Amino acid sequence: MANSTTAPGAATAAAFDRRDFDWYVDKAVQAIVFVCGISAIIFVLGIFVFVTKEGLGFIVNHMNFHEFFLTPYWSPSDADDPEYGILALMAGTASVTGLAMLVAIPFSLGAAIYIAEFASGKTRETLKVLVELLAAIPSVVWGFIGLVIMNPLIIKWFDVPVGLCVLNAGIILGLMAAPIMTSIAEDALKAVPDRYREAAEAMGATRWQVTYKVVLPAAKNGLLGGVLLGVGRGFGETMAVLMATGHAVNIPNSIFDSVRALTATIAAELGETVVGGEHYQALFTIGILLFLVTFVVNLSADLIVRGIRKG
Amino acid sequence: MTSKSMLLSISLAVAAALASGAVSARTEIQNKGSDTLVNVAQSWAEQYGKINPEVAVAVSGGGSGTGIAALINGTVDIANASRKMKDKEIKEAEAKGHHPVENVVGYDALAIFVNKSFPLNSISIPELAKIYGRDGGATKWSDLGITIPGCKDEIVVVSRQNNSGTYAYFQEAVLGEKGKFRQGTLDMHGSKDVADLVEKTPCAIGYSGLAYATEHLKTLCISPEKGKACVKPTEDTAFDGTYPIARPLMMYTDGKPKADVKKYMDWIMSDVGQCILAKEGYAPVRKISCK
Repeated sequence: MANSTTAPGAATAAAFDRRDFDWYVDKAVQAIVFVCGISAIIFVLGIFVFVTKEGLGFIVNHMNFHEFFLTPYWSPSDADDPEYGILALMAGTASVTGLAMLVAIPFSLGAAIYIAEFASGKTRETLKVLVELLAAIPSVVWGFIGLVIMNPLIIKWFDVPVGLCVLNAGIILGLMAAPIMTSIAEDALKAVPDRYREAAEAMGATRWQVTYKVVLPAAKNGLLGGVLLGVGRGFGETMAVLMATGHAVNIPNSIFDSVRALTATIAAELGETVVGGEHYQALFTIGILLFLVTFVVNLSADLIVRGIRKG
Repeated sequence: MTSKSMLLSISLAVAAALASGAVSARTEIQNKGSDTLVNVAQSWAEQYGKINPEVAVAVSGGGSGTGIAALINGTVDIANASRKMKDKEIKEAEAKGHHPVENVVGYDALAIFVNKSFPLNSISIPELAKIYGRDGGATKWSDLGITIPGCKDEIVVVSRQNNSGTYAYFQEAVLGEKGKFRQGTLDMHGSKDVADLVEKTPCAIGYSGLAYATEHLKTLCISPEKGKACVKPTEDTAFDGTYPIARPLMMYTDGKPKADVKKYMDWIMSDVGQCILAKEGYAPVRKISCK
């Protein structure tokens, strides 16, 4: 030490002063990790500000709330008389997401119950890996399956003219949402303390009675959270629904009608609009709507899941 | 001067010489717009580049509306369009100090495609309006007195995405100035997709440039009124205007073309340029023989 000639008190302080290389590395890493940690917040805010900035011009200058939300006519490129009604697009998104949940909820709940409560050892591990693998399939591949495999099958089985419809997209989207819902539902079931199961078994309950009467009610918030996250996933999905719905502005009367989703409309039209034009801004307004809906859905899912962890 | 700084100054001088050389040797023509014209425009640009290596033509698609908007903003030299500029758009351009000049570079017959199993060979414009128009009245083939083998009666109406020039032209020519498309059309993202879907679907009807016709599709003969003689879409009938839904293909320039742009436009209108257009499946502006 350079200052070994100073007073003993200072020497002790110097001995405790660990501003060596490791100390600086530690500080630097802390700073970097802090920036990474808050970056998610910065990005979310940044995206929200950007989307709002681009769409605000339409909301302020052109948007007629009644026309926008309550008419089904979407023909924004008509120079003399453009129409911006998203009712049919919302109906498309809602019908596809709704059907997807009907497909995904039984599948994912069943899978989660089996994995968490009944399967054991190798079976459980294999199943968990496979479910995660299912979640890793890119959405464009799902869309491709809808277009090339499901389309002719639906035409053949149900004798309808076109197989690109609510049914096709709903099944595809349901299969896409199922893995994430399975994972979350399984976590929720796992979070139920073992003493609940032991107590029920001690009372003479069978395996199914334990699951049905004890574990499921105890985990219901987590399961609901998983379902909501699946809804958010379905609502925001673009590529697969663009390919499987048939892309027709239409309020569906049956599951065999072609529809168009909000997300798919943005994907199909944004690239060919004049930047800053009315049509461009209208698409960003749809973006704001999607952002708000998925934000609310995900936030409530998160709050519900947190609720059970605490309780 | 140290050797290091000398090296630096030499390399800077070389870079500057290269840069100025590149600028003086190559002029760039910006060309943007219609997806119908984009293949032809690309062929023209490639062929022209071989003859005049000092001129580079940058071609991009994006739809007629995009090209016209770029011309209004003054960011392109030539805007391709498969529809005429609207009065509103011309006024916007004038307000920004640009004076769009229309140059017709070819013609395209808008072909109506149906599945091979379609029993008839022709359809009339009013019938098309019934099928495509909002509240047009025909949602089933039986509404038009047509029965298609392998189809349960519902009409599968195939259309294009709403910023396509082909969509805009069809709307104007078939549905009229104030006409709107009906709900529930399947909006395809390209002419090729229209042809593919109609080929696979017995109940379907669709429209596209004639260049997308194949032997797997039936291309209908079009009559202006029900009962009148129909006209087949060909390069000739598109050229002489007898085919009722033929449209000119335009390239808009800012003011009368000048210098390099003029040379390029003249070359496009020459026999060489027009033969390239004919090879892509469109009708040239005058009778020419291409080998």
